[in-house]
Amino acid sequence: MAGGVPAAAAPQGRATPAQARAGWWLSAPALVLLAVGATGPLIVIVIYAFLAKGSYSGVEWELSFDAWFQVLFQRDIFDDTVSFADAHLAIFWRSVKLSVLTTALAFAVGLPTAWFIATRPAAQRTWWLFAITIPFWTNLLIRTFAIMEVIRNGGLMNSALIALGVIETPIQILYTDTAVLIGMVYVYLPLMVLPLYAAVERFDMTLLEAAHDLYASRLQALRRVVLPVIRPGIVAGSILVFVPSLGAYVTPRILGGGKNMMIGNFIELQFGQGRNWPLGAALSLILLVIVLTALLTLTRLTERNDGR
Amino acid sequence: MRLTTLTSALALCATGALAQGQLNIYNWGNYTSPEMIEKFEAETGIDVTITDYDSNDTALAKIEAGGHGFDIVVPTHSVLPVWIEKGLLQKPGIPEMENYGNIAERWRTVDWDPGREWSVPWQWGTTGVAVNTSVYDGDPNTSAIWLDPPEELVGKVNVVPEMQDVINLALLYVGGTPCSADREELRAARDVLVAAKPKWMSMDYGMTEKLGNGDVSASVNWNGSTFRARNTNPDVVYGYPREGYVVWMDNAAILADAQNVDEAKAFLNFIMAPENAAMISGFARYANGIEGSEAFMPEDMRTAPEIVVPEDLQDAGVFTLACPGETNEMYSAIWTELLR
Amino acid sequence: MRRFDPTALPGFAFVAVVAVLALWAPIVTMVVYSFNASDSVAVWGGFSLEWYAVAAGNEAVQGAAIRSLWIAFCASAIATTVATMAALGTTRRGRFRGDRAIYAMVNQPLMVPEIVTAVALLIVFASLKVLTGYTGLGWLILAHSAFCVPFAYLPIRARLEGMDTTLEGAAADLYATPWQAFRRVTLPLLVPGIAAGAMLAFVISLDDVIITEFVKSAGQDTLPTYMLGQLRRAVTPEVNAISTALLVLTMALLTAFFAMTRTRKPT
Repeated sequence: MAGGVPAAAAPQGRATPAQARAGWWLSAPALVLLAVGATGPLIVIVIYAFLAKGSYSGVEWELSFDAWFQVLFQRDIFDDTVSFADAHLAIFWRSVKLSVLTTALAFAVGLPTAWFIATRPAAQRTWWLFAITIPFWTNLLIRTFAIMEVIRNGGLMNSALIALGVIETPIQILYTDTAVLIGMVYVYLPLMVLPLYAAVERFDMTLLEAAHDLYASRLQALRRVVLPVIRPGIVAGSILVFVPSLGAYVTPRILGGGKNMMIGNFIELQFGQGRNWPLGAALSLILLVIVLTALLTLTRLTERNDGR
Repeated sequence: MRLTTLTSALALCATGALAQGQLNIYNWGNYTSPEMIEKFEAETGIDVTITDYDSNDTALAKIEAGGHGFDIVVPTHSVLPVWIEKGLLQKPGIPEMENYGNIAERWRTVDWDPGREWSVPWQWGTTGVAVNTSVYDGDPNTSAIWLDPPEELVGKVNVVPEMQDVINLALLYVGGTPCSADREELRAARDVLVAAKPKWMSMDYGMTEKLGNGDVSASVNWNGSTFRARNTNPDVVYGYPREGYVVWMDNAAILADAQNVDEAKAFLNFIMAPENAAMISGFARYANGIEGSEAFMPEDMRTAPEIVVPEDLQDAGVFTLACPGETNEMYSAIWTELLR
Repeated sequence: MRRFDPTALPGFAFVAVVAVLALWAPIVTMVVYSFNASDSVAVWGGFSLEWYAVAAGNEAVQGAAIRSLWIAFCASAIATTVATMAALGTTRRGRFRGDRAIYAMVNQPLMVPEIVTAVALLIVFASLKVLTGYTGLGWLILAHSAFCVPFAYLPIRARLEGMDTTLEGAAADLYATPWQAFRRVTLPLLVPGIAAGAMLAFVISLDDVIITEFVKSAGQDTLPTYMLGQLRRAVTPEVNAISTALLVLTMALLTAFFAMTRTRKPT
């Protein structure tokens, strides 16, 4: 068991063969579960990306690279000229932009929240954690409709602002990118707060006092003392927010009004009304590569920190 | 201690199975009258389980994959031929059924199922436009409401995100035909859509609500949804675009791999009885295609302008089948450009 | 010099309280509309208990709600268990061949959009269902467990990373077996991470729509798929009513649970 790791063994560097074996055994149940529930399906998707599309939907079992061609190029439906598929690029770009913004905002709100909870007396912490998570036990669709009710023109927020005299006419937020952003930050906030909390809770607050005694400014203390310790939490939270928001589907559709697609909607279109499964499969593989690159870069960041 | 609890809980999870009903209906969500099901259960003693789907594509994909356990499905007419062609349905001998004669003449011989050998009518409706007359009180019977919105409606229009219906309506508006492979027609449809999009507010479902509360002032919408919206907001009217509007019908059919064929047949016969069909309509607010069911319907449905198509606009209604693969690819391209 | 107290950063407290309030605002809206007399989740038509009566008389929506909770409970328990083990296996032991592969694999469900996993799972599970003849809830629980793993794994790993190993070493020096050391030392230290992971997994499972929609068999609607089916037509306050009931129920259960653990705590 992991408990057997001797204190002398440095967590850095290479593991002993026994440790490596233990590592594999401990990971085995997760790997088996994911092999059935995730990797198996992924293999299906990889295969589908290289098949021809079926007459109605689905696939024909013949090798075809059409999907990959369609990802990059579009044949003009009117004059058959082939050009670069800039619509696809625009859709990917919008998704990446919104996901980065969502992650940044969730962090800006999540860190103070996690910090605040972690510094409550132990008995109160659980209550705060539930205060954060219980809203999420209510179904996503209901919450999204409720958010809509809050931000729509005649809704709670605009009425309150008008009553307070801040604005005179309602601000149109619903069906804008702002609405999508608000919605996504809302939906993904616990995914940021909880890992951050788990990391901050471990942080030894006396360190901060020590930094303060040594005349570190708040900013310095934050950067030099706090950040290195909670960085794994930041990385975990960012991954959990960034990656799902890249593939977000429900929030952009309902709060964004569906006028502009994000990657998730675009891929869904291919499996639904577009009836082009291979293209959907190819698009998801491209998304997978983007996400994988981002993930590995982020892990490198934590590892560099560990080896500091 | 806690670990033991966890282990036993996990063991419990693996055994949690569900008792199977004796008739499994796979239907659109919020579409099946619970009273009608209760009546069927009481009359036949068959235990009915309803499971929902949200689109023809999902339903088809699931049934095609197999292992689903459903007996009855209710596809839209446009895709019914695809279901038949793929061998997913069976012929239950509908014309020999006791209540077959109740199917209205108009719905007995239809393009998608000549002779009604495969399916019975569930409900039918139209896809047209809904307008809030307190915002715009001009003629609602035109697709110009959303394809060339009048001043009052700019920025307040919604379009339901149904690729096929929307592009078909645009094609009809520019004088083309649905599922047209004619590039000039498609180009004209695309141009009119792309030019109109900046004047739209959203492309969303849920118009019953948003027309009702005034968030949206006009929308491409289904008649039944508009009917419900009018109940909350009397200013809402339904328009049948004279350039052409879409008519559709959902049809109940028995799956080829159904487990409970006899029960399923009993159900199909049951819903062809006027009083039962009326219950379906009373719940979802669409007409049903069964002769004599009007007598059992609530008064407001018999006269609703959303349901009774005006004489002069009847010919503008178009039944469209699912477009062939190549045309659908063009539709997809237009749609992607529109929603980029 | 003013004593520096990191627990009292006023700006942080403000953000935290506003965040919690903002998170609850839509929930309050949902509760309010569950008492709506009109058949809409967005047009207020006066106070009524009508939708509670409708929900109480609708076995389909009740069944869906209970099924959602049951699946979420099972899936989060399974996912958290395997994720904890995997996190223990991949941290604090130095690099070994393949550890990055494990990491990538564990996080794989995050990387593929739901709809894609859904379609692929449909294909795989449908053939398995035909093959095995089993069409129970197990398939849904299996699918949910799989995509919940990274959500449980990442917080636990974040907790474990850099966690002090000296205590465990001390335990080992005192002749504790590895299991005792784990049970008495590592696990208690790990609890906040596990709790965070389990909560996330539970919530993620509860929210899932698309994968469930594609994997479910006859009679296996969950609350989200039930709502998805309504989306095109009209969502009625019935789901608000059932959600409010569930909310009250969970809060009552939680309070009871804490009251119980509170009294047991001294042990």
